[in-house]
Amino acid sequence: MRSLHLRHFKSGLVVISMIIATIIVLLPLCFIFVNIIKMGLSSLSPEFFTSIPKPPDESGGGVANGLVGSGIMLVISSLIGLPIGILGAVYLSEHRHGTFASFIRFCADVLAGVPSIITGMVAYVLVVVPFKSFSAIAGSVALALIMIPIVLRTAEEQLKMVPDTLREASLALGVPHWRTSLKVILKSAMGGVITGILLSVARIAGETAPLLFTALGNQFWNWKLMQPMAALPLQIFNFAISPYDGWHKLAWGGALVLVIIMFSINLAAKSFGRR
Amino acid sequence: MPEKTFKRNDLLKGDYIFRLCTLLFASVILVILVVIVWQMTKESLPAIRKFRWDFLVSSDWNPVDGKFGALPYIYGSVVSSILAIIIATPLGVATALFITEISSRRIGRVISSLVELLAAIPSVIYGLWGIFVMAPWLQQTIQPWLSDHLGSIPFFAGAPYGVSMMAGALILSIMILPIIAAISWEVILAVPQSQREAAIALGATKWEMIRISVLPYAKSGILGAVILGLGRAIGETMAVTMVIGNNPQISLSLLAPAYTMPSVIANEFAEATSTLHYSALMEIGLLLLGITLLVNIFARLLIASISRKQKGGVH
Repeated sequence: MRSLHLRHFKSGLVVISMIIATIIVLLPLCFIFVNIIKMGLSSLSPEFFTSIPKPPDESGGGVANGLVGSGIMLVISSLIGLPIGILGAVYLSEHRHGTFASFIRFCADVLAGVPSIITGMVAYVLVVVPFKSFSAIAGSVALALIMIPIVLRTAEEQLKMVPDTLREASLALGVPHWRTSLKVILKSAMGGVITGILLSVARIAGETAPLLFTALGNQFWNWKLMQPMAALPLQIFNFAISPYDGWHKLAWGGALVLVIIMFSINLAAKSFGRR
Repeated sequence: MPEKTFKRNDLLKGDYIFRLCTLLFASVILVILVVIVWQMTKESLPAIRKFRWDFLVSSDWNPVDGKFGALPYIYGSVVSSILAIIIATPLGVATALFITEISSRRIGRVISSLVELLAAIPSVIYGLWGIFVMAPWLQQTIQPWLSDHLGSIPFFAGAPYGVSMMAGALILSIMILPIIAAISWEVILAVPQSQREAAIALGATKWEMIRISVLPYAKSGILGAVILGLGRAIGETMAVTMVIGNNPQISLSLLAPAYTMPSVIANEFAEATSTLHYSALMEIGLLLLGITLLVNIFARLLIASISRKQKGGVH
C-alpha cells in the first residue's frame, strides 16, 4: 500500500511541476505586455503619428515615416509574393499526390526555416548591388522571399479542404479544369486563403533583420522606391540601441504600435477563418 | 461539327496553359532556394579561397588588417542555441502535456492561444524588452548572486554586465518556447486515446499514463520539435544582437558578453567596405544557411516519417 501512496505522490508532484512550468512559460508574456503598455502609452501622442523622428537632443518626434514606409513595403512584397504563393498553392493542391508537388512542399518548408537575415543578404546581392543603392524595392524583395513559402503552405492547406464533390460537380457540368480551379475551388476556399495571407503579412510586418541592409532605414520622408526607406521595426531597433533617452521613448511607443498592428491583423485573420 | 472540335481543343489548351502557369509559380520556390544557395556560395568564394579551414578555427577577426576567423561567432551561436534548447525543451513539453493531459479543455484553449501570442511577437520587440528590462534585471539580481556565490566555477566567473551569453540564451529560449510547445502539443494530441485508456485501465496514475503511453508514442515528434526550435534559435538575429553584448570572445562564463553569427552580419554587413570583409560575412551567412538547411531537412524528414507511420495505422 505504501508503494501506491508513493506512486500517487509522485504523480501529483509531476502534475504540480507541469503547472509551474506552464506558469513560467506565460510569465515573460505578461511582463512583456505590461512593460510595452506602460512604457509605450506614455510616449504616444498625436505628434507620434504625424511627425518624423527629431534629433536626439530635442524631445518629441514620431515615427510617421516608418509607419508609411512599412506600409509601402508590405504592399509591394504582397504584390510579389501573393500571386506566386497562391497560384503555386493551386498547383500543389491540384496535383497533391505528385512527386514534384511533394518535393516543392518540402522545399517550401525548408525555405520557411531559412533565417530571415539570409534573405536580406540575398536581396542585397540581387537588388542593392546591381542598382547601387539601398532601396525600398530591395526591402520588399527580402520580405517577399519570407512571405512566399508561408502563403504557399497555408493556402494549400485551405484548398485541400474543399470537398472533391464540388470539383466533380463543376467538371460534370462541362466547366474546364482551369476555370474549376479558379472559380470553384479557390473561390470556396477564399476565407481560409485570406486568413493565410493576413497571417503572413502580420509575420513580415515585424521583420527587422532582412531590412537592415536592404531598405536601410531613413530619418526623413522618402517616397522614391529606389531610395532607402524608413520602416517601423528598423526604427525600433535603431532607437533602442541608441544612447538617447528621447529615442528610447520613441522605441517603446513604436513597439506598442507594432504589437497593436500585428495583433489586429491576427485577430482579423482569425475572424476570416471562422466564417 | 468542326466548330465543336475547335472548342474542345480550345478548352484543353486553356487547361494546358493554366497547368503550366501554376507549375511555373510552384517552381519559383525551388528557384528561390537554388538562387539563395548559389548566391551565398558565389559571394563567399573570395573568403573561402583565402582562408580555407582557418576561417573556422581562427578567432582573429580584424577587418582593418584583413584577418577573418569566425570561431567566436560559431561558438556563440552554438552555445547560446544549445542553452536555449536546454531551457526551453522541458518547459515547452511540460506546457504541451499540461494542455493536453491535465487542464480542462477551456483552460487549455486559453493557454494555447496565449502561447500563440508569444510566437507572434516580433523579434525586435523581444530585443527591446531584453535590453531595457531583462538585462538590467539580470545585472542587478541574478548575476551578482551567481558571481558572489558560484564565482569559483568558470561558468559563473566575472563581473555582472547584464548583456551576456546568459541574457542571449534566455531571450532565445523564450522565443523558441512557442515552437516547441505547439509542435509537441500536436504530436501529443495525435496519440490515440485508446493508448491512454489502456494505461488507466491497468491502474496507472496520471504520470505513469503519460510516461508509459503518451511519451513513447510522441517521442520522435517531440525530437522534431526540438530540432526545429534549434534551427530557429541559430538563425535568430535581432533579439540576440540586442542582448548578447556583441563581444567576439570565447569565454566559458555565462556572465560574459558573446557574439553570434547572425549578430555579426547584422552589425557589420552594411558597413563592410573591403571585398574580403564582405566576403567573410557572406561566408558566415553561408555557414548559417548550411546549418539551418541541414537542421530543417532533418527535422522535416523526421516529422514526415512519423505522420507516414501513423497513417499506416501500425497500432
